[in-house]
Amino acid sequence: MAETPLERKPVQSNPHMAPVSTERDLRLDLFRGLALWLIFLDHIPSNAVSWITIRNYGFSDATEIFVFISGYTAAFVYGRAMDQHGFIVAGARVLKRAWQIYVAHVFLFAVYLAEIAYVVHSFDNPLYTEEMGMRNFLANPDVTIIQALLLKFKPVNMDVLPLYIVLLAWFPPVLWLLRRAPSTALIASATFYALTWWFGWNIPAWPRGVWIFNPFAWQFLFVFGAWCALGGAQRLSRWINSPVVITLAVFYLTFAFSIAMTWYFPRLASFVPKFVSETIYPIDKINLDVLRILHFLSLAVITVWFVPRSWPALKSRVFWPAIVCGQHSLETFCLGVFLAFAGHFVFTEVSNRLPMHVAVSVAGIAIMVAAAALVSWYKGIERRGPRPPAAMPGYAGGGT
Amino acid sequence: MMRRLALVLAALLLPGTAFAAQPAECLVAEQQLEHTFPLPQVARAIAAKKLGVLVVGAGSSTLPGPNGAQLAYPARLQQALTEALPGVAVKVATDVKAHRTAAEMVKTLKAALTATKPALMIWQTGTVDAMQAIDPDQFSDTLEQGITIARTAGADVILVNSQYSPRTESMIALGTYADDMRWVAVQHEVQLFNRFEIMRLWGDLGTFNYTGAKNKLNMAARVHACIGWLLADLVSEAVKLGEPQTEGGR
Repeated sequence: MAETPLERKPVQSNPHMAPVSTERDLRLDLFRGLALWLIFLDHIPSNAVSWITIRNYGFSDATEIFVFISGYTAAFVYGRAMDQHGFIVAGARVLKRAWQIYVAHVFLFAVYLAEIAYVVHSFDNPLYTEEMGMRNFLANPDVTIIQALLLKFKPVNMDVLPLYIVLLAWFPPVLWLLRRAPSTALIASATFYALTWWFGWNIPAWPRGVWIFNPFAWQFLFVFGAWCALGGAQRLSRWINSPVVITLAVFYLTFAFSIAMTWYFPRLASFVPKFVSETIYPIDKINLDVLRILHFLSLAVITVWFVPRSWPALKSRVFWPAIVCGQHSLETFCLGVFLAFAGHFVFTEVSNRLPMHVAVSVAGIAIMVAAAALVSWYKGIERRGPRPPAAMPGYAGGGT
Repeated sequence: MMRRLALVLAALLLPGTAFAAQPAECLVAEQQLEHTFPLPQVARAIAAKKLGVLVVGAGSSTLPGPNGAQLAYPARLQQALTEALPGVAVKVATDVKAHRTAAEMVKTLKAALTATKPALMIWQTGTVDAMQAIDPDQFSDTLEQGITIARTAGADVILVNSQYSPRTESMIALGTYADDMRWVAVQHEVQLFNRFEIMRLWGDLGTFNYTGAKNKLNMAARVHACIGWLLADLVSEAVKLGEPQTEGGR
């Protein structure tokens, strides 16, 4: 979701900086794009097509991929900005990005309100007397909307952007520390994660409860991604490629898969020893359960092993649709949330049968790809536009 | 989800599996009603020819209108069980009030159990907790408390999760609460009646049209009738798990 690597590369960059990171790692774009598709499919309630998404086969889901890669690219892009223009300018750019995401979130909230207002208005069914209590949702619009602007009220499936806003808002000092003392920063982040678990810290939500994605816990994955971008990945490469780690990852993924199967075929649950189920449940998504982190890391290890950075297919047309989505992730993400609302609307108002699920899912992804291609084309034009790039040297990397 | 696809296929390929007595429209795939855990107290009660059931629930365990209670699934369960268990005196009592969270139900659970002395408690919950965004950890703890109370009072437990309600899916985040119910059920070896998935399967198959039905009360009554049938099937079948092996080989 942060600006993509190299895309905003300042035209007049320092000559000695240029060779440091020349080749863009297309794998990041590819997997972020795929994660965005999966998030879209998962966000349409009761979408039959979402059986293909990874959350059904293990502990983690597309959110982990998305947060990790976002941390990675944020460190990559703003780390270089910090090199070239210093802490203040880079920090200002990070905050500007957070502001853009906030605006996007508020826009999506307006779309959500429109959908809900319509649905609630036409909702009358004796089967659902309990659920119709949600009509009260619009009874106090003054409070509801203000709480939404404060990010305390977050409708269903609108939790990722607020998490991202918070992660970016405190990213400047984190990035500063990461660049000076990467290990210290990572340890600090892990300690914060552990303390969050120990003391049960979270941000309160409205009308009650807590944030569905606890930023105090999820920051760890974001910072870990950033740490990997700033040289951590190289340090880990010896471990990542070791047969022992790969074997462990395969074992863990198999274990998670077997457990996931017991959710769908309850009879299999009797094969799970009691101490195992007592240990693993509940698998806490709010606070980013360790089981989820391990599952994500195992997936990452296997993926990196199968898909090397220089894999020629990454440049083929086959992967282009996902890559272009990953390269314009904020736009694609917001469109995905919007399309998920629209898809749900089609399910309830037009048809809820299986063929419609497939049609809506395919059409949604096609629209996301088309929109990302359009944004890509437009940004290309803007970069080559009439304005001489040297006119605003300090902001060359932060333009909208 | 994968299971849903499997279910749709199974439901299409295996019509009528194991459900000879009930209306064809209630059809679901067999694994939807897997008997994962035995119901020893129910088995004992059936052997003694006297089965008491207590349904504890919120708004989705009844229907509105003057005949609401007769059309709702607890009354249908009583009918179906009476038919399925000839010679056994079946009595289904209810403790159903709308807008109650799991914690609110647990408060009065002991009194309700003492008053009715059931061999089985059917506990429908989750929706109101999701609507009020009750802390999921607290919700899990409450479920565990309720199960312990019921077992101490000598009753087996079946958990019933939320209804599938397509229109409110983008308003009520059921996911965490459904997961918690599933996990608590597995951990405590309690049978879960997956009402959500069953109703969703009916929606996929076109059995019931939850959003566009012309006569909505009729549709609602049919849905409840089916839920009553399936619950009765679950109860009468689950008992066989607890029976000696020799009787299984018919």
